[in-house]
Amino acid sequence: MTTITVNNRNLNVDAAPDTPLLWVLRDHLGMTGTKFGCGMALCGACTVHIDGAATRSCVLPLSAVEGKSITTIEGLSMDRSHAVQKAWTELDVPQCGYCQSGQIMSAAALLKTNPKPNDADIDAAMSGNICRCGTYPRIRKAIHRAAELLGPAAPK
Amino acid sequence: MKTTSDLSRRDFLNATVSVGGGLILALTLPGPGNRSNAAATGKSVGQLNAWLKIASDNSITIIVDRSEMGQGVYTALPMLLAEELDIDLRVIRIEAAPVGDAYINPGNGGQVTGTSNSVQDAWEKLRIAGATARSMLISAAAKRWRIDPAQCHVANGTVINPQGNVLTYGEVADAAAKEPVPKSAKLKPKSEFQLIGKSQLRIDTPSKVDGSAEFGLDIKLPGMLHAVLAQSPVLGGKVKTIDAGAAEKMPGVRKVMVAASGVVVVADHFWQALKAREALAITWDAGANVHLDNPSIYALLKTAAAAGAGLSARKDGDVDSALKSAKQSLSAAYYLPLLAHATMEPMNCTADVKPNGCDLYVGTQVQQVAQVTAATAAGLDPAQVRVFTTLLGGGFGRRLDVDFIPAAVEASKALGVPVKVIWTREDDMTHDTYRPPAYEEVSGGVDAAGKVIAWKLHITSPSITARMFPPVKGVDDSVIEAAVNNLYDVPNLSVSYSRQEIGIDVGYMRSVSHAPNCFVIESFMDELAAAAGKNPYEFRLAQLAKKPRQRHVLQLAAERAAWGKVPAGRFQGIALMEGYTTHLAQVAEISIEHGQVKVHKITCVVDCGQMVNPRIVESQIESGIIFGLTAALWGEVTLEGGRVQQTNFNNYRLLRNNETPELEVHLIDSDAAPGGIGEAAVPLVAPAICNAIFTATGTRLRELPIGKQKLLKA
Repeated sequence: MTTITVNNRNLNVDAAPDTPLLWVLRDHLGMTGTKFGCGMALCGACTVHIDGAATRSCVLPLSAVEGKSITTIEGLSMDRSHAVQKAWTELDVPQCGYCQSGQIMSAAALLKTNPKPNDADIDAAMSGNICRCGTYPRIRKAIHRAAELLGPAAPK
Repeated sequence: MKTTSDLSRRDFLNATVSVGGGLILALTLPGPGNRSNAAATGKSVGQLNAWLKIASDNSITIIVDRSEMGQGVYTALPMLLAEELDIDLRVIRIEAAPVGDAYINPGNGGQVTGTSNSVQDAWEKLRIAGATARSMLISAAAKRWRIDPAQCHVANGTVINPQGNVLTYGEVADAAAKEPVPKSAKLKPKSEFQLIGKSQLRIDTPSKVDGSAEFGLDIKLPGMLHAVLAQSPVLGGKVKTIDAGAAEKMPGVRKVMVAASGVVVVADHFWQALKAREALAITWDAGANVHLDNPSIYALLKTAAAAGAGLSARKDGDVDSALKSAKQSLSAAYYLPLLAHATMEPMNCTADVKPNGCDLYVGTQVQQVAQVTAATAAGLDPAQVRVFTTLLGGGFGRRLDVDFIPAAVEASKALGVPVKVIWTREDDMTHDTYRPPAYEEVSGGVDAAGKVIAWKLHITSPSITARMFPPVKGVDDSVIEAAVNNLYDVPNLSVSYSRQEIGIDVGYMRSVSHAPNCFVIESFMDELAAAAGKNPYEFRLAQLAKKPRQRHVLQLAAERAAWGKVPAGRFQGIALMEGYTTHLAQVAEISIEHGQVKVHKITCVVDCGQMVNPRIVESQIESGIIFGLTAALWGEVTLEGGRVQQTNFNNYRLLRNNETPELEVHLIDSDAAPGGIGEAAVPLVAPAICNAIFTATGTRLRELPIGKQKLLKA
């Protein structure tokens, strides 16, 4: 039995230690917002936050996340009130929607460390998240919009 | 625009009181395809073919008969109904339609989401359904008030009388269900549209930003087990021997079984099943494709092309004489590779087989075919299979195929519990039903005035339709798109087709044959322009005297992209197409850097007729361009020894955010009938870029993808 902290809750999981966090979330904990896309950290559909940093959960074994704080799309906000979710809704970013949990988690992690990202910052932070529908132009606009919603950046 | 519709030609709509109270409005279509599932299951036609349910508690459910795969049907189709019913889009619920005759798409001959025709098909049908329901709700309310229905009107889900009294739809739904269905419905004129043509937020967005949207992969059923499938690495191969001893002893493994499509490993959890699959010792009978590779596929097509002109798809005038008499005539051969769909959600299916029925949870574009496929796998009658369509994590035509369904059904039947089969990315990439290759020979002739007087196109490729929806009589329509309806005024024209199969299953992919044919036609138009010494844009305009819509999009694209006015080092290419009754022109702006093309900007002008939701149209055009960019720059599936070499996103490259050029989309407001928007933008990207590359380098690319070819600056 392994204890992990997901969205501020301590949960016991009975899974082999090499089970990727993605499948622990989906199959063992029933949290299916985090998606399976490639299994090789190539597409970003499985992105979650580990201690606040965007991380691909499909290659991260359960044994590596004990004691860490994990945030999934389900825990980003209780009511779609995170600035990224609001901007995504306002600009109608998703099409099929399958990659969007991962996109949103990557964007939220970016804004946490860089509240006013420029286009180059967005390029760097978002190039690991593939969207086959091609929502990229709206993702870029929505990240800028989320930065606006977050208000003026605190002086560093 | 037509504002009334006579329903007398069909017994179109019927109404029933729902079990829980309220109005269910259903629709049935006549015709030979109208086999009734209702009789088989003993349920009322109303429940099986419903479009709309208004319950006594005022909840309104709209049933959508097309699969939502990102193209926006869960918003656009409800908008049509909501427009006539005057209801708030934000309060309605959406339900995916079950299998039902009413949901047959006449444009596709089945309950199919494809060919970009969901809005075209629904445009009248759902507005009539909405107007009919409105009329019945008004009649019921007027009776309650004992006044003339003409004195009542509707607003925001209520009926209102001249005194200002209000009855909600829910309050009169029961009574409305007993009203006679009116024989004709008065539709709103365009001037009164509140929703149609105005950008509305998508109904599915909230669930797609909080992780609650349910895709096939996310289905959870009590007692459900998880499974993976081992398929022959050589396409078309079969299991010869299997030793599952080691796998069966692994933690959580419940069963290893040979199924029609390979070996199914069922476990408590996905990861356990996947680990156990690695422990299987399978020998495969590779079958007929063991020597199949790209050179052999190319040779097959080229040999078939040389064997004769094939079947004629169109013949105007005398093309051979015109080619001889032309001032300039030239010929070229083009080749298009196999492509993978690569939906972000890998193929998957969940089946729950019981002794007398099967429930299927699947992201599918073909509910009827899915039903029949599951029934066959389970040994049941199709009417015993219920299909629950989930959201699709990308379709692009891949989910018109049903190859991922039988294994889940067979495993569920064997174990007596629900089973979800998930393909890994590698399974998905190496066992796609690929976009077929095409070998195309084209000849053209231009007269002294710069008019194209001869055009001869010979397409050689496999036929998808012959496999998926047989029989095909004559030329398969899905291989001659954008070619048989040549846009340009050419008096002597022939289009012909030679069918050549390649031994593996090929499938419909977003824009289907529009992509290869538009690539050939729009590239070769530039070749002819160059031969005639003309500007490619002006050369095209000169062939469009009789085509005002095409002229307009072409001119607007040139204007918006500042055709011919780019800075030094930048080059432009242009392309034009009509597909899905939508007219488009694109201009690509590129530079050549380190022997590779860099795309800076794509400008796209679209005339798709009447738009339902312009924001969705814009997103679909952007989506199509990005899909087209991936294909143009890098898209190619290769085989060696019958095995697909591409396995994941590291070796099947998809465009990423940082690689996306500036996109500028212009939508033309129009009263013409709605055209399709999901696929139309894809095909123009490759020719527009290749035409720009020719301007930059003098090199004409007649094969894709662009990225495998070293480009030198002129």
